[in-house]
Amino acid sequence: MVQFTLPKNSTIRTGKTWPKPEGKNVRKFQIYRWNPDDGKNPQVDTYFVDMDSCGPMVLDALIKIKTEIDPTLTFRRSCREGICGSCAMNIDGINTLACIYGLDEVKGDVKIYPLPHLPVIKDLIPDLTHFYAQHASIMPWLETKTNRPAKEWRQSIEDREKLDGLYECVMCASCSTSCPSYWWNGDKYLGPAALLHAYRWIIDSRDEATGERLDDLEDPFKLYRCHTIMNCAKTCPKGLNPAKAIAEIKKMMVERVV
Amino acid sequence: MRYLTDRKRAVGRGASGTGTEHHWAMQVSSVGLALLLPVWLYVFGSALGSTQAEVVATFSRPFPAILTALLLVVGMKHFASGAQMMIEDYAQGTARKVAVILVTCLAWVVAATGLFALARMAL
Repeated sequence: MVQFTLPKNSTIRTGKTWPKPEGKNVRKFQIYRWNPDDGKNPQVDTYFVDMDSCGPMVLDALIKIKTEIDPTLTFRRSCREGICGSCAMNIDGINTLACIYGLDEVKGDVKIYPLPHLPVIKDLIPDLTHFYAQHASIMPWLETKTNRPAKEWRQSIEDREKLDGLYECVMCASCSTSCPSYWWNGDKYLGPAALLHAYRWIIDSRDEATGERLDDLEDPFKLYRCHTIMNCAKTCPKGLNPAKAIAEIKKMMVERVV
Repeated sequence: MRYLTDRKRAVGRGASGTGTEHHWAMQVSSVGLALLLPVWLYVFGSALGSTQAEVVATFSRPFPAILTALLLVVGMKHFASGAQMMIEDYAQGTARKVAVILVTCLAWVVAATGLFALARMAL
């Protein structure tokens, strides 16, 4: 359901400004903070980072802030090279991975918020429970009915190439949380990430549940809430195109009936 | 608070088994409108500024009359389907159902009124 205003307890207030270090190359960071334990509204804290002793990526700055300035700052991170998808957040208005987003790509102050339109657990950590459950619901595994061949299921080079641009998704949720349809109807609409994964298995030449997979998506909300807004393709930090995958599913759906 | 598993919340009541028909109907009516509308605008534009008798004479001819009738039916069908999709995006529950009914009625009333006016001119 569309919400035009934030609930009172979600209105963002101005937070603490941390001391500015000496040095010429100092950059200002404005970071969303919310702690479920203190009962206060969310706030935006201001930090200053000496860029001469900081790495080039946004995640480097966040780690520096946590290590040297404010150890209470909370965010997810793991691989620091765009593979795990943990550090997805909204940086300078764009959903992306902090580990592969360069500070030089941000003009002016660096504004960092959690991924939009998801419940926040703390600071920059969104609750991805529903997102993961939706991913699980599309059966993200190879589904077979026959028991032969007993070992290797072979695939032609051409069929394997069809999975390029799909298997690389790291489930960071940047695309789904940039999609207005997912904002308004995320309870029922599967969103770009889950649908990209659904298409990855639908198009897999070895999978034998194509019909069942399409049946599961035959719904005005699960699939057809995609209005080709293309925010997903624009924001994907891995350069994938979930909107195209969704369009391909729609084409397959039409081919079944016309 | 309901103690449902995450998976149960995500799956909900499952797939309704519809959606493609609506999607395909929208595609078909879009193509239809893309063809009908420019031609109708040309006919309408040619008649614009004429006297009432000339306009009635124009829309009494078979081609403009049939074209206008088709535009009304296809256009209003497309409008009803598109508005339904928009309402489903932004409203929920009873409000959603009532709005869909109202918009569908509005579309058919506009189409029927237009066809009646056209019939009076053409026949």
